[in-house]
Amino acid sequence: MKIYLIDGSLESILCAVFEWFERKPGKVRLVRQSEYRPDAFSEILKIVNRRDSADRVWKGLKNKLPAVWMRRFYCTFLSELPEAPQLLFDFACYIFSAGKGTGGKNTAAAHAYRANDPENNYGHPAVLGIAQVAVKVEREKHRMEAFIRFKQLQNDRQEAQKGAMHSRDGLYYCVIEPDFNVIPLIAKHFRDRYADQCWLIYDLRRHYGIHYDLQNTQEVSLDREAERGLLKQAGTSAPEAETQHTELWRHYFRSTNIKARKNTKLFMRHVPKRYWRYLTEI
Amino acid sequence: MTNIDRLTKKLDILADAAKYDVSCSSSGSNRKNAGGGLGNGHKSGICHTYTEDGRCVSLLKILLTNHCIFDCAYCVSRRSNDIERAAFTVDEVVSLTINFYRRNYIEGLFLSSGIFKDADFTMERLLRVVKKLRLEENFNGYIHLKTIPGASDELTREAGLYADRMSINLEMPTESGLKLLAPEKSHADVERPLGFVKDEIVRFKEERALIKSVPKFVPAGQSTQMVIGATPETDMEIMRTADRFYRDFSLKRVYYSGYVPISMDNRLPRIGSQPPLIRENRLYQTDWLMRFYGFHVNELLNESNPHLDIDIDPKLGWALRNLQFFPVDVNTAAYRQILRVPGIGVSSAKKIVQARQFGRLRIDQLKKMGVAYNRARFFIRCADGPYQLKDYQHTQIKSFILAESESKYLKSSVQQLALF
Repeated sequence: MKIYLIDGSLESILCAVFEWFERKPGKVRLVRQSEYRPDAFSEILKIVNRRDSADRVWKGLKNKLPAVWMRRFYCTFLSELPEAPQLLFDFACYIFSAGKGTGGKNTAAAHAYRANDPENNYGHPAVLGIAQVAVKVEREKHRMEAFIRFKQLQNDRQEAQKGAMHSRDGLYYCVIEPDFNVIPLIAKHFRDRYADQCWLIYDLRRHYGIHYDLQNTQEVSLDREAERGLLKQAGTSAPEAETQHTELWRHYFRSTNIKARKNTKLFMRHVPKRYWRYLTEI
Repeated sequence: MTNIDRLTKKLDILADAAKYDVSCSSSGSNRKNAGGGLGNGHKSGICHTYTEDGRCVSLLKILLTNHCIFDCAYCVSRRSNDIERAAFTVDEVVSLTINFYRRNYIEGLFLSSGIFKDADFTMERLLRVVKKLRLEENFNGYIHLKTIPGASDELTREAGLYADRMSINLEMPTESGLKLLAPEKSHADVERPLGFVKDEIVRFKEERALIKSVPKFVPAGQSTQMVIGATPETDMEIMRTADRFYRDFSLKRVYYSGYVPISMDNRLPRIGSQPPLIRENRLYQTDWLMRFYGFHVNELLNESNPHLDIDIDPKLGWALRNLQFFPVDVNTAAYRQILRVPGIGVSSAKKIVQARQFGRLRIDQLKKMGVAYNRARFFIRCADGPYQLKDYQHTQIKSFILAESESKYLKSSVQQLALF
């Protein structure tokens, strides 16, 4: 079996697809350069990233696939799972080599033929694999939309105590540690929803975040020192006005519980323990 | 007592009084964040957290006040009950909602109220809260508002312009049950405003189709709730009532709330007795079968079996009573038939009909798609299904399935043998 060495970026995976169609070498295994251990029996090819080849493959996929499947493809990449590059590669090769497909076209004629589009072949392991990984990533994205808890940063404590502080002012910040790299997927949701307040969502595991300044969202990354400061802020040492809101929220959370219906197993399934760390109410 | 302590106390009382309303969905509205304000609707809703009882918390669910002129036996806030009473001001509710929302704690507000003075007075006060949120605070998050039965049409219509969902609780599944526990109320009181809002929704929708500037009216529709187990209705009566309300009032949801004993009244179950959680679960399953699986209520519940099985789910129960429809060949059968197979849900059924265009499906493929094969295997044929010589009786199939599945309810009653 042939081995393609990639660097793990989306570009390198797409270039691997391009390369495969140049030579059609049969079954190929994608291996990250950092994880490659040489062996005596397989031939290797180092994939060189080329922007134009990657763009061609991406465009080709876009012509073949409806928007839902492009999103699933992208989600699978963001999963950062070890099997993801291989799934993406197999999927893309299958889509290009199987039939014409109606792509994103939305005409009545396209609709009639859509049932025969290759991406509907859930019997194919790569198709099913992509669909299932994408579900996991979307679930994590949805959980982040639910479990993010903002805290308001107050610059002037006295102003806050006088009550002059409007709820709009001050930066709303939070830290997260999602299983998958979902920040690119959640940015739009938060921009649409919190259009009139500045906010910062920071991924501690991947060391980057997004910041919204009432006009644009921007990727930011902090040095380790600043990260520690943010984590500390997000933890216990919040200003007094902020504590009032978290206390009210905790009270609400307790009062709305019906003790006679206690069902810990169900609760744990909905809110797995790894999310508790940043949840204000638990 | 400082301001904040007073507010905390009120929140404790009025959230506690509102918690028996089980509806907490925040779905169905795609209200946009107009003019760079705060918040928007999320089409499928977001559950921001879950309470220990496993119920989702997506809205700030509170009563405006728990003062009430009615004396309904099943309700904590009934007039004759000796509890602490409290009332929020309009500003308090608005500021709580906004501050919680900005921190991403909630999807919006669920506002209900005890009836103080009269229906119009109460409705007017609720309306002031939602108007302030929408008009002054530019808040576009989700608002679920209770319609107060007996309030004037003008007030109800105006409320509908600002709310995403409105609801009125039916409380008891039958008129006779309601008369027993709340002699001052009747189902007709609920049906009139439900019907009024439904007609208005239709009217606004038609006008919107012609003129774009017509505002949205209750975009997430209406819902209702029935209390289960307080009065001796059969499951058939409950689900027939639900079915009628789904049809007559185009409801989005009917909620079933297992009665949690809160009163010494001898017309009701004793305090300390367990709420009927399994029964509630089975009723929701039936509800789903009616709404998403194309079942008619009479197929699942009828005079010969007026109650749902407790040990098996209603879909399996139906299949066992109707073995003449099986086995279904997943490679040729219609989508509607595949959907009726126990162990196959909506998403696996869809995958099956798409995937079989590319070749006959095998067991391992079905398993990977998410079919519960151990359950489905008695009811399907596929490319490599084992050849079955004899037909099993429905009792045999039931015992096979029960033997290898672990019920989440029965677990505690099965005693494991001690080792020493």
